[in-house]
Amino acid sequence: MPIQYYIVLAVTLFCIGVVGVLIRRNAIIVFMCIELMLNSVNLLLVAFSKMHYGLSNAGNKNIPLNIGGDAQLFVFFIMVVAAAEVSVGLAIIVMMYRNVHSTDVNFLNRLKN
Amino acid sequence: MTATEILFWVLSALALFSALMVLISKNPVHSVLWLIVVFFSISGHYILLNAQFLAIVNLIVYAGAIMVLFLFVIMLMNLNSSTEPQKNSLIKLAGVVAGCLLLTVFVSAVRSADEIKNSQVAMSDGSIGLIENLGKTLFTQYVVPFEISSILFLSAMVGAVVIGKKE
Repeated sequence: MPIQYYIVLAVTLFCIGVVGVLIRRNAIIVFMCIELMLNSVNLLLVAFSKMHYGLSNAGNKNIPLNIGGDAQLFVFFIMVVAAAEVSVGLAIIVMMYRNVHSTDVNFLNRLKN
Repeated sequence: MTATEILFWVLSALALFSALMVLISKNPVHSVLWLIVVFFSISGHYILLNAQFLAIVNLIVYAGAIMVLFLFVIMLMNLNSSTEPQKNSLIKLAGVVAGCLLLTVFVSAVRSADEIKNSQVAMSDGSIGLIENLGKTLFTQYVVPFEISSILFLSAMVGAVVIGKKE
């Protein structure tokens, strides 16, 4: 499978996430769109790791190469950071709901004045 | 068309359709459920790429833990489509146009890149995605970031408790 297909798929998912951040006002949906963008980048990293593996494995088939495993560990660390980010972010959203009884991001404009 | 290609196209179409449905759905609970479908299709892509460890971790961490946390918060706040705030349609249109322009820039940059022309993704061969090789690399080369991530989790846990508790 050519790498361009994976790049276009991941870029499209990323842009859908960007559009979601721009057009929705519910803070939880905005947060979910950020998760969508993180996942599209993860997919792209895994695809590039397999491309890198295939390129360096082209000449010598019998040597067990571990090239490209670093990218998959990066994806693992991205998932770790995302899990920590979600726990703190949802706590902030719950605190905001407790104060203003809404999850509308337009209520968070008090820094403007 | 081989079975791998058919699976690739089906999973890609499913991922894009459900990602669009995340945006379109008025009810936040439906958005969460569509996002779970997106995560399942991305896990299918990982299995196609022979990254089995990441596929399982994606299912357990994202579709299992994080999305349940989202559903829990949404149901705790009793959000539904009647309480959903709406932006006016001009801002929505501007957002969609901006996203489409960003997509156009990215796709044209990919199409004009010479470095990745004729590069193939090794779909099913290779064992770098198996847990044996990843674990060896993780606990030899990347053991310091692994320990730091445990400190990150500890601070995130303390932060969530401190932010979430009533004063």
